[in-house]
Formats: sequence, C-alpha cells, structure tokens
Amino acid sequence: MLIDQISVFVENKAGRLASLMEVLHNNGIDIRAMTIADTADFGILRLIVDDTQKAIDALKSDGCTAAVTKVIAFTVSDMPGSLYSVMKIINDNAINVEYLYSVMGRNEGRADIVIRVDDTDKAIKALTDGGVNLICKSDLCK
Amino acid sequence: MNYWNKEIECAPRSEIEALQSYRLSLTVRRVYENVAPYRQKMDEARVRPEDIKSIADLNKLPFTTKQDLRNNYPYGMFAVPSSEVVRIHASSGTTGKQTVVGYTAHDIDVWAECAARALVDVGGTKDDYVQVAYGYGLFTGGLGMHYGAEKLGATAIPASAGNSMRQLEMFRDFGTTIICMTPSYAISLIELMHENGFKKEDFRLKAGLFGAEPWTEEMRKQIEEGLGLKAYDIYGLSEIMGPSVSTECQCQCGMHICEDHFIAEVIDPDTLEPLPPGKQGELVFTCITKEALPLIRYRTRDIATLVYDKCECGRTLVRMLKPQGRTDDMLIIRGVNVFPSQIESALLSVDEKATNYLLVVDRVNNLDTLEVQLEMRPDMMQMGDDVKNLERYTRRVKNAIDSAIGVGVSVKLLEPKTLARSMGKAVRVQDNRAIKNKFEKK
Repeated sequence: MLIDQISVFVENKAGRLASLMEVLHNNGIDIRAMTIADTADFGILRLIVDDTQKAIDALKSDGCTAAVTKVIAFTVSDMPGSLYSVMKIINDNAINVEYLYSVMGRNEGRADIVIRVDDTDKAIKALTDGGVNLICKSDLCK
Repeated sequence: MNYWNKEIECAPRSEIEALQSYRLSLTVRRVYENVAPYRQKMDEARVRPEDIKSIADLNKLPFTTKQDLRNNYPYGMFAVPSSEVVRIHASSGTTGKQTVVGYTAHDIDVWAECAARALVDVGGTKDDYVQVAYGYGLFTGGLGMHYGAEKLGATAIPASAGNSMRQLEMFRDFGTTIICMTPSYAISLIELMHENGFKKEDFRLKAGLFGAEPWTEEMRKQIEEGLGLKAYDIYGLSEIMGPSVSTECQCQCGMHICEDHFIAEVIDPDTLEPLPPGKQGELVFTCITKEALPLIRYRTRDIATLVYDKCECGRTLVRMLKPQGRTDDMLIIRGVNVFPSQIESALLSVDEKATNYLLVVDRVNNLDTLEVQLEMRPDMMQMGDDVKNLERYTRRVKNAIDSAIGVGVSVKLLEPKTLARSMGKAVRVQDNRAIKNKFEKK
C-alpha cells in the first residue's frame, strides 16, 4: 500500500529545476506525480517515478541530496465533497497530515491523491476501514 | 613520558628566565648593531642596548608589526648578510601582502629541534612514519615539520598538500603513524574516506599535528573519531619561525612554547600594556636565538592566554591556551566583535558534522549582514523529507550562533559539494563589504 516517493533538496537558484529534470530525462525516468514545497531559500521537490532506484542513483551521482519517503495514495471519484469524506476519516482518527498533493489526472472521473501523515499505519487502517480506495504504485503508474 | 630535550623542557622557571634574560640582552645588542629599522625604533624610544639586562626590561622595547616587515620588504629586517642566509620562506599572505623571512643554517637547526620536540610531545619516536601533508614550498608548514621528523630520526613522508586519494593510500600502504596538516584538510580527507570505502581500521595512525588555522574542540573530536588518532594543536608563524613555536603535549591542555628560543608575552591590544598570566590578550613574541630575522616583541594578532603552572606531562615550559582567533580575522558586525571560531564552535555544538560552511558578510541598506551557508548532507534528508524539519534545524543553528556572538545571523542551506574544499588553510569567511568599498571608491 505504501508508495516510494523521492524527496530532493533544491537550492533556490535559477535553472536548478531545469537541470534536475535534465538528469531525469537523460535517464529515461517517467514522472508520475510531483510537487514542490518551497521556502525563501530552498525547496523540496517530491517525485513519484516509475523507477525509484534508478532515479535516486541518477540524482545522487549528479550531487543531489535525495531520500526516499513512504507515502500513501488513494483514489476518489472526481466530484465535490469526495476529498472531504476522506479528510473527515483522517481527522476523526486524530491523524495529522504533513502534506498532500494530487496526481496528474489521466483517468476520467477519478482523482488520485498522495498523502503523507504522521502515523502511516494508523492511517492505512482508518482509510481501509472507512472504505477509501487505496492504490499502489502500479495503479498510479498506469 | 618522553622528552626530546628534558633539560630545558622541564627546567625550573628561574633557570628558564635566566637563560631568556641572557639571550635577550645579546639579541638586542645584535639587532641594534645590524638592523637599521630597529636602531631607529630604539633611538626613538630612547632605549640603549645596555638598558636591556633581563626579561624585566622587555617592556622598554618597541613593538614590531607585520607592517614593519612590509615596509622593509623583502630583506630590510635581516640581521645577517645574505651570505649567511641559507633559506627564505614567505608568509601565506592570509592577511594581505606576503612577507619574507630568512634563516641561517643555525636557525634551520633550531627550528628542526623545536619541530622534533613537537613530534615527541605527541608521542613520536624514531620508529614513527611522519606524513607531512602541509604544503612544501614558501609556506613554512611542509619543510618545517619535515626537518623535525628527520631530526627526530623518524621516517619523513613528504606528501605535501593535495592529491587527496593518494594521501589516504599512503596512510594505508606506508603505515603512516603521525600526520601533519591543517585541521580543515583532515576533515576533507575524512569525507573522502567515507566516499571511497576507506575505514580508519585500514590505517595505523596514532597522532596528528594540526595547525596553521584556528580550530575547535568539536573539530578535534571529529578528527580523532574519523581518523582514529589523537589530534594535537601546533602553533607557529613564519615571522617567528614556522610550525612548532608551541605544541600541545599528550595532556591536550595548551601548547608548550619553546621558551629557550622565544619569549612570550600577552598584551592588551588597545593599551599595549603587558597582561598578567591567565589574562587573555594579544600574543607577542621575541626571538632570542634567531640569527637571520630576530624579531623583537612581534605582535602576532593572535589571541591567547599564558599559563605557567607545571603541566601534568612534567614540562615547565609555559602553555598558551588555544587562540580564540586572530585579531585580523575578527569581523566587526554591526559594531560587535565576532570571531569566526566562535561561530564554528556554536555551529558544531548543534551539529558536529557541519564542517562545510562559509560565513558571508555583506552590507544591505547600510546594515551589516552575516549569512552562515551550510552544505546539506545525505543524512539531513533522512531526518524526514519535511520542510519543517529542515527549518527547525536551521533555526536551532541560528539560535546557537546568535546567542554565542550576540548578533543575529541568517542560516542558508546549500546543496552538497557547492563550497570549495581546501588543501591548506580553509576559506571560511567571504566579506563582500570589502569588495563593495573598492567599487564605491572608484
């Protein structure tokens, strides 16, 4: 149920993101989901890719600081209120969300969401019990 | 406990002082006769050579500064004709235009004696392999320690600085037991070890003499742990001689000064009055055996404290406690005196691995700013990929430094390997104010 997400430290300077994308491109990495958390001085680029190990190796040999984090992904129907119902389960179980982002949609009528919480095991149980459709990486990377 | 020259290293204070007094009076006579700038200075101060009978008369003598050496560049302060000079070195130019220093054959021999003492101080014997990774050349570090190792009868490995992978291979293949280098170079070698699969168990290192730049207790721990040796501080400056003017013994509680060759004083840098033992101030040296360049009351700009208690190692030679920094290195940030070593100490107290950093000083809207740039390391991402964690980390570093120096700094994280690595003295400070002033004047 857990998905490997790559987090890369990115210094806030012109052209940095382009050069990272070039590294991924040169290694034939396909990005399935991504988001950037930014502060004034630096950002953290979060990526879910088809070949995590290959991407990590490529980034590290380029001198990047990168790490793998476990995240959860689920799918909801693409209509008002469906994310609310999931967040209500999370909240009712006193689980804290560290961050959340949506996957580039390619399935008509459904939205895939990636979520990172403080207590992953508890969240998986709560979401499963609540009938939320958790998805694994192969679903995400179709 | 081994000594190289027990007779002097463990002599009673009264004997040391008597020897110093005798040698001082001879030296003063010699410089008055042979060095025009000194004759002029002494005449201006109305001091005659015969007024200097003992070390109690020391403070009648005028000071010498680096500017005097620059004014008389290159050989104007030499006390012997060029036929007597067998070697010159030049300062590393840490603080401006380089200065030239000279040595007679006897001076070289005295220097080797002091460097041999330094090696014995840290447990060296003639069975040791001493790898000298200070630069060989105009810098005094390389040749200074090299001659000391040979004088001791140890095996000198003249590696010089640089070619870092080769340094590690020599540690392993040549069975190096003692190393001499700058502490920042030692840190960069430890990094290289990890990247290339070397382990400290591959080496037989037992001691290292690290000098030519100020370092901290935190760095000492890291070097000792990383290389599997005992790390000792060694002090020297080319104007006085070079490395081994003073060296720590195995008690690691201050550096013993070779007082039979150099008289040490600590003065208040503002009033220029000598300070009593135990008080921190600017270190001043008088050379009393040097032939080529016997400097009188040379102001080092280094900050130190002198301690005269007998050391547990049995040596009676005065100890100088680790310089807090050089008065030259001191930064004035919004009117507050800040030593880079204070910042390093605070930084390493939060994160002992944070040895790759740069202090960038600037002036924005007429206000001084100090930015501490820190390189990211892979293990810092393992703290979690959360922005919060990294921000918490930078805040902890900032708070530690702010409270240590009394000035607010900003902390910026950089990507790995973005800062230049040094093989000699590390560049830790980049003061953009000086560059700006230069342009504004034009």
